Amino acid sequence: MLGRLSLSAIPLDVPILVGTFIGVLIVGVAVLGLITYYGKWGYLWKEWFTTVDHKRLAVMYIVLALVALARGFADAIMMRTQLALAYAGNPGYLPPHHYDQIFSAHGTIMIFFLAMAFMTGLFNFIVPLQIGARDVAYPFLNNLSFWMTAVAFMLVNVSLFIGEFSQCGWLAYPPLSEMQFSPGVGVDYYIWAIQISGVGTLLTGVNFFVTIVKMRAPGMTWLKMPVFTWTAFCSSILIMATFPVLTVAVALLGLDRYFGMHFFTNDGGGNQMLYLNLIWAWGHPEVYILVLPAFGVFSEVVPAFSGKPLFGYKTMVYATCSIMVLSFLVWVHHFFTMGAGPDVNAFFGIATMIISIPTGVKLFNWLFTMYKGRIQYHACMYWAVGFMVVFTIGGMTGVMMAIPGSDFVLHNSLFLIAHFHNVIIGGVYFGYVCGMNFWAPKVLGFKMNEAWGIRAFWFWLVGFFFAFMPLYVLGFEGMTRRMNHYDNPAWHPWMLIAEVGAVLILFGVVCQLMQIFVSIRDCNKPENRDFTGDPWNGRTLEWSTSSPPPVYNYAIVPHVSSLDAYMHDKENGIDTRQAGAQYEAIHMPKNTAAGISAGAFALIFGFAAVWYIWWLAAIGLVGVIATIIARSANKDIDYYIPAEEVARIENEHTRKLMAQAAE
Amino acid sequence: MAQNTTVPTAGHDEHHHESTVVFGFWVYLMTDCIIFGSLFATFAVLRNQFNGGPTPHELFEFGGLGLETALLLLSSITYGFGMIAAHKTQINSVIMWLGVTFLLGLGFVGLEVREFAHLIADGAGPDRSAFLSAFFTLVSTHGLHVTCGLIWIVTLMVQLMGTTEIPERMMNKLTCLSLFWHFLDIVWICVFTYVYLASMI
Repeated sequence: MLGRLSLSAIPLDVPILVGTFIGVLIVGVAVLGLITYYGKWGYLWKEWFTTVDHKRLAVMYIVLALVALARGFADAIMMRTQLALAYAGNPGYLPPHHYDQIFSAHGTIMIFFLAMAFMTGLFNFIVPLQIGARDVAYPFLNNLSFWMTAVAFMLVNVSLFIGEFSQCGWLAYPPLSEMQFSPGVGVDYYIWAIQISGVGTLLTGVNFFVTIVKMRAPGMTWLKMPVFTWTAFCSSILIMATFPVLTVAVALLGLDRYFGMHFFTNDGGGNQMLYLNLIWAWGHPEVYILVLPAFGVFSEVVPAFSGKPLFGYKTMVYATCSIMVLSFLVWVHHFFTMGAGPDVNAFFGIATMIISIPTGVKLFNWLFTMYKGRIQYHACMYWAVGFMVVFTIGGMTGVMMAIPGSDFVLHNSLFLIAHFHNVIIGGVYFGYVCGMNFWAPKVLGFKMNEAWGIRAFWFWLVGFFFAFMPLYVLGFEGMTRRMNHYDNPAWHPWMLIAEVGAVLILFGVVCQLMQIFVSIRDCNKPENRDFTGDPWNGRTLEWSTSSPPPVYNYAIVPHVSSLDAYMHDKENGIDTRQAGAQYEAIHMPKNTAAGISAGAFALIFGFAAVWYIWWLAAIGLVGVIATIIARSANKDIDYYIPAEEVARIENEHTRKLMAQAAE
Repeated sequence: MAQNTTVPTAGHDEHHHESTVVFGFWVYLMTDCIIFGSLFATFAVLRNQFNGGPTPHELFEFGGLGLETALLLLSSITYGFGMIAAHKTQINSVIMWLGVTFLLGLGFVGLEVREFAHLIADGAGPDRSAFLSAFFTLVSTHGLHVTCGLIWIVTLMVQLMGTTEIPERMMNKLTCLSLFWHFLDIVWICVFTYVYLASMI
């Protein structure tokens, strides 16, 4: 009846988990209680959970990403603390069974649920606004994608308290992840979380690809498209080209585990290196999926705060596209030690080094944009300049590892860990946080607190160097990744320094939470409010509409005649909004419960499949299919905003603008 | 205030949500194509890993296979007739051709299930060897797609029943299913050639 599930699956014998569970329970009950007390369930359901508005979905994605950050960072600091303690006979406080789950969950959560969710949030924030569209191409799928991502994250967190999570690292390499060596439910939680969130991500890729191809404002030719949109475009192509490969790799692992097949097993003719090739054919493009949009953010932020157009727009676009293509040609550098031979390794090594050329082009473009500019050191600029320093170091250590000979020494050592945190924290995370600070006034209508933003930056930057520079040293000293404890006394001081770094980053995270709290508390102060819709003297179309934008974004779809369309209009005295024009009724999609319903059934399916509760899995699967069919039959999916309503909203904004101008 | 009173709507069809549906679905199919590509690559790597078990020469027979292929190719033609009828708004004819396509597709899936049942009964199931794992997975992924297509056909037949016209949204659905169905035909031709034919030679 309940498959493998029994009371013994609840880890009552692990005090850390019991404590966490009680904490989560208290916070959860408090949050749910407050929502009920203030009678906000109807509001949440109508305005948020069922919304198809890309701006609302963006906020939900970023909230999801911040929750994932809390979970993923808690894992990180637990690992650092373990390694600061566990040497010379001291076992530390985390037994291997628990420690291995923590590093697996940390990687999985940080990539799939922090970085991917944050990135999708930024796409949703900005891409439709930046290209002058009223929504994405498929608003319902957008909502469905969000819920697929959200329930997959829930599934990962359920594994904390019911059963266990994978102990096989964030990519679950076989044969360790096969039934023979991991008979528990951990890997199955991993498999279903990846597959369910993969559906969401793939649909997001298709959605934004079609949105950008088909829905740009009239006049916005490819080379008049803002750089952030370009990076979102390349990133969407990479998602479409590589996420299916991830789906296949993880599905084949699942077939091995569920049906006793022999794709990657030790016996029966299986081939583990096939899994590595498949997973990295996704995995390497994945890091560019994440970092290209971060490059896009900097390409918007640096010009805005330097008071100059972006230096070398076209080279920036070409560099983005070349990185997109090259990212497919480097996956073997993740396992030079496979023994593919000098020819193959040399090819992949050189292809890897070539990527540093377009990346270097980008870096010089940002620097030349700042050169002789009127730079304002806003919090966004701190993240941008910090990125340039940190990412350059990370890029150089990457080129070191691209040399097969040196990779043989450094493979799977802490040097590698230091390298990819160097590029992912310095590139991806700094970029997304920068983007959040930059576009928050657009989406929320008020600026984020700068003082706390800058404090967060300094803690993150200094903490980063303390936490990861020692790891480079430890890599050279031969310390491998994923160790639970060690005996070499020479490593211990470096581990203590890394622990200090982790604590500094903790302060950074706390400052970020404070920043959000203070920003919301002070959101009605006049100096924080954004009445104009253009707080930074922006260059691209999103700054031409009000903050927050009306549900339809643009009452009159803007006409684009040059790059940096809004700046062009401002300089030439053109009213991009065409205020006072004859407004027409606007066709909009209606909210739908189909996304959250499909998500809920997918969660039921995933949980049941993990525990072999087949009748429940069948209910979940049929539920998903029935939801989609019901959605297909539903004829009540759109509505019109009457012209008078549009005129009322627009005139209100015009009145505010004039009041602002009169002051 | 009103310097510009022209209303630019050109290039922005207010029904844009529908007009991009077919294009988007085609793009989605290309991602599906990559799923099949990865499975073909997997089959290519594992095709000789028999683990002492049966080889293609002992397992495959062309009789049933030819019939399966004929059914599927024929179903593409009948779906095409259905689309012609749809363009002429002959609803009953559309439903009839969808029904014929459904039966042909069902016949294909039935034959495939029968083939699989035989193989498993003979001890050549997907857990026998890496070759058989790759074979079963690739072929049944195609079969699963056809099954989804069958569910989709029934859904559209039900939605069409009792209507007198084919609105744009329904036409888009029929066109998407058409793309899907022909796509599965193309994939099958690759399966037939690469998995069966090339293994027999």
